[in-house]
Amino acid sequence: MTQFAFALLGRLSWSQFPQDAITRGGAAGIVLGLLFVLAVITYLRKWKWLWKEWFTTQDPKRIGVMYIIVALVMLLRGGSDAVLMRTQQAVSVGNNYGILNSNHFQQIASAHGTIMIFFVAMGLMFGIINLVLPLQIGARDVAFPFLNATSFWLFFAGMALVNSSLVIGDFSAAGWLSYPPLSELQYSPTVGVDYWIWSLQIAGVGSLLSGINFLVTVLRMRAPGMSLMKMPMFAWSVLGSMSLVAFAFPILTVTLALLALDRTIGTHFFTAGGGGNAMMYVNLIWAWGHPEVYILVLPAFGVYSEIVATYARKKLFGYTSMVWAIWIIVLLSFTVWLHHFFTMGAGSNVNAFFGIMTAVIAIPTGVKIFNWLFTMHRGRISFKSPMLWFMGFVVTFTIGGVAGVLMSVPIIDYQVHNSLFLVAHFHMMIVGGVLFGYFAALTYWFPKIFGFRLHEKLGTYAFWFWISGFLTAFIPLYILGFMGATRRLDHYSASLGWQPLFIVAGFGVVLIGIGVGFQVLQLVVSIWQRNERRDLSGDPWNGRTLEWSVPSPAPFYNFTKQPVVTDRDQFWVDKQSGKKRRTEYEDIVLPKNSGLSVAIAACAFMVGFGMIWHMYWLALLMLFGIITTLVVRSMNEEPEYVLTAREVEKLDHARIRKLKEYEAYQ
Amino acid sequence: MSTATEANGIEIRREREATEKTVFGFWVYLMTDCVLFASLFAVYAVIHGNTFGGPSGKDIFKLPYVLMETFALLTSSFTCGLAMLAAQRKAKRQVLFWLGVTFSLGLTFLCLELNEFHHLTSEGNSWRRSGFLSSYFTLVGTHGLHITFGLLWMAIMMIYIWKRGLTDTVRKRLTLLSLFWHFLDVIWIFIFTIVYLYGSIGL
Repeated sequence: MTQFAFALLGRLSWSQFPQDAITRGGAAGIVLGLLFVLAVITYLRKWKWLWKEWFTTQDPKRIGVMYIIVALVMLLRGGSDAVLMRTQQAVSVGNNYGILNSNHFQQIASAHGTIMIFFVAMGLMFGIINLVLPLQIGARDVAFPFLNATSFWLFFAGMALVNSSLVIGDFSAAGWLSYPPLSELQYSPTVGVDYWIWSLQIAGVGSLLSGINFLVTVLRMRAPGMSLMKMPMFAWSVLGSMSLVAFAFPILTVTLALLALDRTIGTHFFTAGGGGNAMMYVNLIWAWGHPEVYILVLPAFGVYSEIVATYARKKLFGYTSMVWAIWIIVLLSFTVWLHHFFTMGAGSNVNAFFGIMTAVIAIPTGVKIFNWLFTMHRGRISFKSPMLWFMGFVVTFTIGGVAGVLMSVPIIDYQVHNSLFLVAHFHMMIVGGVLFGYFAALTYWFPKIFGFRLHEKLGTYAFWFWISGFLTAFIPLYILGFMGATRRLDHYSASLGWQPLFIVAGFGVVLIGIGVGFQVLQLVVSIWQRNERRDLSGDPWNGRTLEWSVPSPAPFYNFTKQPVVTDRDQFWVDKQSGKKRRTEYEDIVLPKNSGLSVAIAACAFMVGFGMIWHMYWLALLMLFGIITTLVVRSMNEEPEYVLTAREVEKLDHARIRKLKEYEAYQ
Repeated sequence: MSTATEANGIEIRREREATEKTVFGFWVYLMTDCVLFASLFAVYAVIHGNTFGGPSGKDIFKLPYVLMETFALLTSSFTCGLAMLAAQRKAKRQVLFWLGVTFSLGLTFLCLELNEFHHLTSEGNSWRRSGFLSSYFTLVGTHGLHITFGLLWMAIMMIYIWKRGLTDTVRKRLTLLSLFWHFLDVIWIFIFTIVYLYGSIGL
């Protein structure tokens, strides 16, 4: 009987549900929140609409919106982890042991890192690429729309798996990159690390497929006349970033798979005994992990390039050098991974090589910073909130970057390795570089997608709270790092005198929290006042690139007639030469909706769940489900439909009528 | 009349562009798969000396047997090429015949490999034995897993061709399948050289 139960349920039992107050609270929160959302949707009878218009859509703009919604919700989840950690470190001194026990603190630290990188930063990045890239290169769609939807749903499945760990079982307490031997079965016997492995594996496959998709999109789907050197800088940065995805993500797939094999079938890749080699894991994970940093930041660089040129009313300074900088970064990003573990003891020559390469990578990055500054120089700058985010980025990124160059010297790195100095450094890069960029992008392209502008003043308040809170939270960590505070610290002695600085850092998080509050408020107020905020021109910021040449919100077919490109800032040149927008219509081929992406991701979720809990029958069955779904999909030889020129014309006229109504309203 | 021909021409060009795009995308996918195998080769290179008191490659590899596997797979690549040539001539029965031969050779390869694995594990030399055997089974097994999916894909393609004939879509997919199959062949040549040949001389 027990044998049967084990075959059926694996490691799953009642004792795996949360036992203590805080985890119970978290679990109850997530379950009740989910039930509430489901109830609201049911009450409003929106299921059919959601399924037909959103879940099955192949329109990259809608997929982009879904990515961003998931990422923002995850930002709140990862942010509450951060609040818990900051609170713990501010109070857990001497005889006070704070609000979390050690194991729980480590789980929260691991979850914070995992969620912020994989489900916030990656989600925002793919979301914005989906929204903007096809429009910007004058395309109607991405290269493989079905694959694109499948990538999103795999990302969603990975996200769902991470959050399931709050309710059933526990999460990894082995850090956000789960170094062995700690992450091996012997030292982490619960399901935590397995949750980490399978959620990242599923989301990672989605990212890899997206990478291939956007790579082909940029290289094969550009409007006629748009040679590579006439592409907007954002498209270049996406091309660089997606090349990195194609090279780096297979390494992640392998690394996670090997760790899973160690934990499930008893291989000896990274085990302490049996001929394993734990440092091999650390090398492999950073051979993916360092390029990953540039995967995230390159598209943000692209966003900044667009924003600076638009708000300074000047063409981007040093276009060619920008392109070269991107590709040098792409190349160098694969030659620096060892700087994450100079202390491995690879010898001074090896450390010297990686140290020098790390310092060298600051050069192309510096080229980009100076190009942006020169673009602003003598421009007519309007200090709208996207521009504020950009200038905040320049400050934080430069501070963080200088700290990075400092740590590229191996002897200094030995001192600050694994300390809060490092934590401060990479938060400056990823929050200041990546997150600020995507916040700017959201404000900038919001009217193009939704047809109305975000509230400017509330956005400005959000920015000022964010930047001041951010510096208040992380500058003390630099100092604490020098004082010897290590990362993932859940308790320290009062005699060290660290507490005041930790309290300052905690206060910084409060300020950031107010900033987030303003962002939520900004969204709510803007939706409330959407009719006054309608963007009737389609070009609210006096933009330069093709996405501003179509009306807002961008129609699902993007362009009534595919544009022809002769210049870099095509739309700007057209405006300068007084060229009017022509209304011509042509037949348009578009992908049909398909629910099969959702089916594949649902199966992938169950495969992951089965593997985590050792319910192998479930994993096998659902793998078979994925294959069957793919076969079903391949039997449909007509996945597209044609929107005739007449229908496009009709839709366009309906749009213009609606626009007139808003005009009257305003 | 002329507009009809023109529309037809646009349609054909669009179709060709779509095929070209798909083939290019598949190439990119194959390159990512190549990075995947490269990582596994790197892992093998790092820990193939960690035998932990167990056998090394020299003790367990039987070159004549592996040569048999190699011939089965290389020949299958050749017959896959013949199937593609037949597909260009739109000779349905020949395509089916050569795909059938390719499938049987691929299946032969897979059975030989599984037999080799079974032989090793039954002698107590499973992936649990040492770091070397872990990486050996994983590298060779990942290739075998790819072959399994290739065979599954080929079987489904054969059913399509049999039921629907050589439509444009089917021929496009055959191109992708043959790319996949040749790619696995190239990977096997690396496995044969780096794992088996080097292993047999104790490198």
